[in-house]
Amino acid sequence: MSSAAALTWFARHEIRLAWREWMAMIAGRRGKRKRAIIALIVFAAVMHLPAYAVIGRFADLEAPLDTPELIVITATIFLAWALMLSQAIESVTRVFYARADLDLLMSSPANLANVFSVRIAAIALSVTGMALLLSTPFVDVLVFSGGARWLSAFGVVIAIGLSAAAVAIAITVALFRLIGPSRTRLVAQIVAAVIGAGFVIALQVAAILSYGTLSRFAVLTSDAVSAYAPDLDSPLWWPARAAIGDGMVLSWLMAGGLLLLGAVMAIFSPRFADTVVRVAATARSVRHGPRATAFRGGSRQQALRTKEFLLLRRDPWLLSQSLMQLLYLVPPALMLWRSFSESSAAIVLITPVIVMAAGQLAGGLAWLTISGEDAADLVATAPLPPSRVIRAKIEVVLISIGVIFAPLIAALAFASMTQAIVTALGVIVATISAAAIQLWFRVQAKRSQFRRRQTSSRLATFAEAFCSIGWAATSALAVTIPIAAVISGALTAGILAVTWKISPQRG
Amino acid sequence: MVHSEQLDRSEIMKADVPALEVRGLTKRFDRPAVDSLDLTIRTGEFYALLGPNGAGKTTTLRMVAGLLRPDAGSVSILGIDALADPVAAKQIMAWVSDEPMIYDKLTPLEYLEFVAGLWGVDPSVSETSAHQLLVSLGLEPHLHERCEGFSKGMRQKVALAGALVHDPRLIILDEPLTGLDALSARHVKGLLQERVRSGCTVIMTTHILEVAERMADRIGVIAAGRLVAEGTLTELRQQNGRGDTSLEDMFIALVDAEAAAA
Repeated sequence: MSSAAALTWFARHEIRLAWREWMAMIAGRRGKRKRAIIALIVFAAVMHLPAYAVIGRFADLEAPLDTPELIVITATIFLAWALMLSQAIESVTRVFYARADLDLLMSSPANLANVFSVRIAAIALSVTGMALLLSTPFVDVLVFSGGARWLSAFGVVIAIGLSAAAVAIAITVALFRLIGPSRTRLVAQIVAAVIGAGFVIALQVAAILSYGTLSRFAVLTSDAVSAYAPDLDSPLWWPARAAIGDGMVLSWLMAGGLLLLGAVMAIFSPRFADTVVRVAATARSVRHGPRATAFRGGSRQQALRTKEFLLLRRDPWLLSQSLMQLLYLVPPALMLWRSFSESSAAIVLITPVIVMAAGQLAGGLAWLTISGEDAADLVATAPLPPSRVIRAKIEVVLISIGVIFAPLIAALAFASMTQAIVTALGVIVATISAAAIQLWFRVQAKRSQFRRRQTSSRLATFAEAFCSIGWAATSALAVTIPIAAVISGALTAGILAVTWKISPQRG
Repeated sequence: MVHSEQLDRSEIMKADVPALEVRGLTKRFDRPAVDSLDLTIRTGEFYALLGPNGAGKTTTLRMVAGLLRPDAGSVSILGIDALADPVAAKQIMAWVSDEPMIYDKLTPLEYLEFVAGLWGVDPSVSETSAHQLLVSLGLEPHLHERCEGFSKGMRQKVALAGALVHDPRLIILDEPLTGLDALSARHVKGLLQERVRSGCTVIMTTHILEVAERMADRIGVIAAGRLVAEGTLTELRQQNGRGDTSLEDMFIALVDAEAAAA
């Protein structure tokens, strides 16, 4: 087989693997694929409505744009790029650590630089493909409302997708060199989790500190930012100009993205093999536990709780996820701090943010404790009834959420006791709802399968998200329009009841 | 943990109450996996359950351990009805699967502390026995290392130590020697024989017929969910009219005969 033919053959193999992995993420088991694809199409169609609400008003924008318009569009594109970068870092890390076929590849007589070039291209392709899929409703809205010139926004998505993949590879390989393979996995996970949210949160923090509002646009459209913005012909505005239909700039952008990816492939592909070998060499690196070995007494449930807390504390996903949740809580915490000095109606916004964060974190924690049991046989053969095992695990979720959110609610009590009580109730109800959904849809899985927890039941994922949003809205309304809170609460309870009704654990 | 006073095995095995009594045990998936199985294992006995792949060995043992609900039949463990009172039955039993299920983020000592806590063992007792077990299995240098970097053999030894730390009276092992090197396998076999000498009952499935031949007091051969032969090695030879043949030859002949009959 010639070198070109081998490359094509391996590219086909990689695309097939990427496709199947993507389908597994979407559909879970094989039999559900058709239904999952139909659901995805329906979901994409429905997404056009919120897309219209968010972006419809920008459809009439025409060149030449003024500075505030350029800033808002550029910031939005940068946010999308940051999210793609986050996903790409995770994909690159998986290539190094999920070593299902690396032994085979490394022991084969194939040219490893070529093999890893194809693998880098596959990462870029999957990141860009996912970005295209998610951006389609938004671009569609712009095309329908503002004309075909907005089709060039797809080109911008491709260009930033390629560059995000290229930068992700550079960052990950740099992390390998700087901190070594054993720490890179955790750090890369944290970087990936934080990087997407970081930009939005930074804008919110700036908005709160400068204008006392959670709105990011207050900062982006301010005179202060415009004053620091570069000239209108700066390359910084190229993505924005390309998005509204500047064909020449778009072709420069796409060429730039391809060039960047090509350069990364040329520089890093020959070193990938070396990196993989280093990862393999440290795969059995030793991590020590505490030297103190005194066994603790207590009940059987206490043993279970202690084990769960220990595992949660040592879970890298949870660390990155908690960091992200805590980052999301920085803006409301800042709002709270400002409200001590000056009375602000915006403080009401803190309640839904806290309740939503609690619901989301509780969902993840509940999956890890209830479904993610690595020694399922051991726990199942232990001499205690399953109900007590479940109870101990739910207690762990409640205690963890309590420890994380109690300080914030206590601080809120100094600003408004009523709002603190409502927020506390919202956190409790959102946490119990998330735990209940995970309990009704529980499956036996390894903790390491957390990334794919959504595929075990899409219904549970949606129910969890809708309940978090519902309880967040109910809590916010309880502070402002109590009668509306009753309706919102009843609707959310209805969602929960329907979820229970159709759950597999109902019997 | 192991009783210092070694009991007289013949006396233990004569005990009225069998360690395990299974009657009419049945489990169907797409086809019958276990088909009205009757099995009696005496207290203090080392029993090897053999059979080809898919014969129903693991399904049988998983039902005994309370991991699968049988479609029909009864399971009695040292006189306790395991289906009516599973908690009491589990208190005196341990299960080790062929795929060691332990927690990557715990050290072997932390794992054993957790297991001992689940079985309600006094910490002062379990701490000492945990150390002894891990040392006897050659894991002393790794007591404080997280299990995430362990080989399959090391993980299997940690799982086995977990099964023994609460001093069970019935130990059920599904292919416990898979993935172990010769030295580790010898450690494990020694530990199990020591337990049997102290009055514990061991039921083990294995594909290594030599192990069954050397270690088991009695051997049961299961095929298509049914017990097709049972007895000591000598009894099996007599039943098959092959005075000096090896267990491997007998096993193949029994399985072939069963396949031909089906």
